Order: sequence, then C-alpha cells, then structure tokens
Amino acid sequence: MASSHGTPPVFNNKVIAWVDHRLPIFSYIEKEYHTFPTPRNFNYFWNFGAIATVMLVLMIATGIVLATNYTPHVLMAFDAVERIDRDVPQGWLIRDLHMNGASFFFIAVYIHIFRGMYYGSYKAPRELLWILGVVIFLLMMATAFMGYVLPWGQMSFWGATVITNLFSAIPVVGESIVTWLWGGFAVDNPTLNRFFALHYLLPFIIVAVVALHVVALHIHGSNNPTGIDPKGPQDTVPFHPYYTMKDGFGVVCFLIVFSVFVFFAPDYMGHPDNYIPANPLVTPAHIVPEWYFLPFYAILRAIPDKLGGVLAMFGAIAVLFILPWLDTSRVRSCTFRPIYKWFMMFLVVDVIVLGICGSKPPEGFWVPLSQFATLYYFAHFLVLLPILGKIERPLPLPPSIADSVLKKKAV
Amino acid sequence: MRKPFARTLLVSGAIALAAFATGTVAIAAGGTEHPPARKWHFQGPFGTFDRAAAQRGFQVYQEVCAACHSLSLMAYRNLTDLGLTENQVKGLIKDISVPDLNDDGAPVDRPARPSDRFKKPFPNEAAAAAANNGKAPPDLSVIVKAREAGPDYIYGILTGYVPYDKLTPEQIKEFDVKKDDYFNKYFPGHKIAMAPPLSDDKVTYADGTKATLDQEAADVTEFLAWASEPHMEDRKRTGVRVILFLLALAGLMYAVKRTVWADKH
Repeated sequence: MASSHGTPPVFNNKVIAWVDHRLPIFSYIEKEYHTFPTPRNFNYFWNFGAIATVMLVLMIATGIVLATNYTPHVLMAFDAVERIDRDVPQGWLIRDLHMNGASFFFIAVYIHIFRGMYYGSYKAPRELLWILGVVIFLLMMATAFMGYVLPWGQMSFWGATVITNLFSAIPVVGESIVTWLWGGFAVDNPTLNRFFALHYLLPFIIVAVVALHVVALHIHGSNNPTGIDPKGPQDTVPFHPYYTMKDGFGVVCFLIVFSVFVFFAPDYMGHPDNYIPANPLVTPAHIVPEWYFLPFYAILRAIPDKLGGVLAMFGAIAVLFILPWLDTSRVRSCTFRPIYKWFMMFLVVDVIVLGICGSKPPEGFWVPLSQFATLYYFAHFLVLLPILGKIERPLPLPPSIADSVLKKKAV
Repeated sequence: MRKPFARTLLVSGAIALAAFATGTVAIAAGGTEHPPARKWHFQGPFGTFDRAAAQRGFQVYQEVCAACHSLSLMAYRNLTDLGLTENQVKGLIKDISVPDLNDDGAPVDRPARPSDRFKKPFPNEAAAAAANNGKAPPDLSVIVKAREAGPDYIYGILTGYVPYDKLTPEQIKEFDVKKDDYFNKYFPGHKIAMAPPLSDDKVTYADGTKATLDQEAADVTEFLAWASEPHMEDRKRTGVRVILFLLALAGLMYAVKRTVWADKH
C-alpha cells in the first residue's frame, strides 16, 4: 500500500472484499487514513486536531453515562449530580472526566485554532475548512454553556440568567425571545429541561460538522509549518503509520496532563459557588462564566451599552468567519512573516489579558484595560491584518517541504 | 524550522505561565481577610483522611452542629468508611427516630436505620429559616467544596470570632456592629448570624483527646472535608495508577514513533 495515488487496495479477506465491493468503507479508510499523503514536516501543534477528536468522543461517552444517572428537575438536579459522585459506582470518575473534559476540550481547540492562525491554515483553498471549524467552536460554546447549567448550582443558575438575558438587548423582539428561551418568565424547570435536551443533542451535531471538517481537510490535505504545498511524494508520508503514531503519542501526553487535573485537582477549573444549590433569591457576589468564556465575557462587559456589548461579543467570533479574506498576505506561515509573527503573539497576549479582565469585577482599572484589549482584538483582524499583508516583506520561502526538512537536519 | 518553533513554544509557555500566576495571585487577593492556610492530613496528592480526627469531628457535628445544620447527602451507613463497624453505627443511631409514613399512610416516627440519610434538624427550609432569624443555616454536605479556601475557611469561621469588647472602635463603626452582633474575622462582611458554636470542652472526646476550641474546629473540618468528598482517597489512588500507566504508555509510544520515523528525519 505504498502508493498514495490511484490503485485501489486489494483485500485478501473474502468478507471484507465482499462488503467493500458493495459499500467501500474499507477502501475509504485505506485511502483517507492509511495511504493519505500528509506533509512530512508537521510539528507537535498538528496533534491538536486528533486530540480534540479524542476529547469529543470522551465527552460523548462520559456524557451518555452521566445522562443515565441524572435528573433534570430544579428540585433534584443538584442532588442527582452529588449522588452520581457518591452513590454511583465510579460515578465520581465519570463526572470528573466530563467536568474537566470540557475544559481540556477547549484547551485543545484553542491551541488548534492558534495553530491554524499562526500557520495560515485558513487561507485558500482551505477557507471552508476554517469556517466549518468556527461553526464547531460556536456549537461547542453553546453545548458547554448549557452543560454548565445542569448541576443547578448558583453559577449554573445565575450564568444561565445572565447569558439568556443578553437576548433581551435585541430591539422589539428581545423580551419575547428571552421568554421563549426560558419557557416561562424566569429561568426555571422548563429552562433546565430544554437545556438538558439540547445539551444531549448538540454534541451529535458537532460530530456531523466535524465529519464535514475532515472531508474538507482531505480534499486539499493538511497545511504544514512552512505553509507551502507539497510538490511530490518526497514531501509527504502516508498518514499511517507516521501520523497515527505521532498523534497517538501526542494524545497520550495530553491525557497525562488531563489526568493530573481529573485525579488531583478536579475542582480547580470550576467555581466553589457551583457547590451551593441554585437559589433565585440570592445573587452571588461575582457571576463569572467558565474560564473558556472569560475573554468573550470581558468583551461583552467592555462596551458600556448592553446591545453594543452583545454585538461586540458575537462580533468577536463572527470576525473569525471572514478571517480568510481579511488576511491579504500571499504567504501562509508566520514562520516567513517577520512582522505578523509578533502581532500573532500580541493577539495571544491580548486574549489572555481579556480572559483575566473577564474574571474580575467590572470596576476600576479593569474597565479601561478590557476596553483597550477589546479594541486591540478587533484592530488585529480588521486593521492590522489587511494592512500588514500589503506592507510586510516576507522572508524567502524554501523551495520545497523536503528541502526545508533536509536543511534543518544539516544545521 | 526547529529554532523558531522552539522559541514560539517557549514564548507561549511563558505567557501562559505568567497569566496563570497573575490569575491565581489576583484571585487570592480579593475579598475579606483570608483565613490562614493550615496543614491538613488530606492535602496533597497522597493525602488521606485522618480517621481518628474525622470520627471526633463526627461527634462534634452530631452534638453541636446538627442542632441547626443538616447533612442531607450523607447516610448513616457512610460512617463505616470512617472506620466504624456496622454495629457501632447501629449503636450511634439507636436513639434517633426519623419521620416516615406507616402502612396506612399516616406520618409516624420510627427508629433510624443505617440506610437513612442523616436526620435533618428542621422538617423543611421554611421551618429552618423561621427558627434562625429568617435565614436557614446552610446544609453542610459539600460545604468544604462550596467555599473559597475550603477547609481553611471552615476552620477560620469556627475559630475567628472576636468578642464585642475586643473590637476596635474603627471596626465597630465601619461594620456597624451592635452589642449583640457576632463578629467574625473571616466572614464576608464580618457580621455573622451564627453564635460562636464551639468553645473549649464543648464536647468530651471518648479517646481522651483534650477538647480545645482549636481541636474541635480542626476535627469537625476534617469530618466535613470527608463528607464533601468521601471518595477522595479512591480518586487519588486511581490517579497514581492511571498516570503511571499513561507515562509508561507514552514512553512506549515515543519509542515506536522514533522507530517509525527513523528514515524520515
């Protein structure tokens, strides 16, 4: 099976050959996951797609088990989660995996997004691949938000109240939309029920979009750290065993870090207030979302106007959809973009600063800081990116991927 | 591309670390005076519950706290995890009667069984609030997880009362403390509805330990930490095995990966 082009595989096993003749799933696996020509020069940033996939499967598997033991009712949800922890055999393990799995799924996806941006993986001909990725990110945010409501602690309840209330900023129909979302006139049992139903549904939609994401990926193949296209077989290796092994190693390393949190600091990423049962009459001192939403929460609060804040928050994600057309550079990889490389790092710092701002009460020094960071975030995409592509002089690109690998070896 | 990549990784790592550090420090800096960090038997990756302390803590809970605070997620049978035998548990609950319905559907009190959840001090939240100046005392089942600085905070509250005559005039003015208010160093806003629950010799320990205020507070905190997460020791033990397994697997995977890639580097 050395050839990566043309020649369909021959199966010796009669059953496999019979099935494949009628439904070519084995040929498909052979073509897309065995011989699939993959650039030979990936660094470890390229592991995070596989890692995110593993986390998605882990979340669905643990989630189904949790759902069989959970009760979506305002009077029972909190205790149901604690019963999973205390009385279901190994229930604590399933719950800790799911609870921390959400955080680590986001960690993997944030690194995956950073890699895509740093190495220009969104540029032609991979625009749709990138857009599907942003759709997955949005679906993940919706799923995670609704999942955080299910334990029905104080942060669950008040987070749900704050976020659903955002829709009331929409002129004319806003209030009606909020009532429709809640299924009543306050966050209550109907809200919890529909959030549970949707939290169970959305992951399967994510799986479908991930499938499209992978299909789109396999049309033009992966980008690589040089950002130049493979020019022949000397530039690529078959996906298996080269990248199955490398991804496998990366996944295990990621799971080690994940395990440290699951087994030795399971509540580190959470908020203590969510161990207080939801109480509509007592508002927590600071309502904060889960850490992975903090940068967007900071953008929401940076704008002094409610509708403006909501638009800015959604705009911060919407701008990612048009990223392929905002970047005017003909070079993909930041490796060969001496100026943009630094602005890319500034963007990372900016998002971290936004995240810290989002965790603070909106007062004093944090208000202007989050406003500045918000402004910078949008300026990066809407001003710096289009201009830099025109004025930056990229470094000379290596003649081929193989060439860059061999040169590295010689150095 | 090795060098630029290594540098990128280093820079991102440094940024992440800095953010992590500032974040943690900043979180620690907010709010009222922080309870001092104590050393707990159950801390750290290999920490376990001090069974003797937790059993004494159960006694403190049962004789003092249980008058107002429920522990609704715990059942009497769970006490066997603290090292009590089944007969000891039965002995402990022989005088407790719990509400139930008889075969005719009439409400009755019957003797508690090990499978019963800890008896609540009040029939419902409204009754609990009515008996406590309008606010029901919180359930203690997950209290150690539900507070910033968990066990240190619980210990801090139990030992952090300052009598009215020891307060400075500034404190009395700033927090508007009246003569019959309770002032607690570590409670947000300082004025707390709970009267100082513990004092020296509030209980008499069966094992001869001297029942000082500190001892009682530390013991009941140990007990409540166990009640908040009875499976903690199992979690840590499993974690050690899982991580050792994953480390070995990672080593093997790396060796295979090197071999597979040998001709491509």
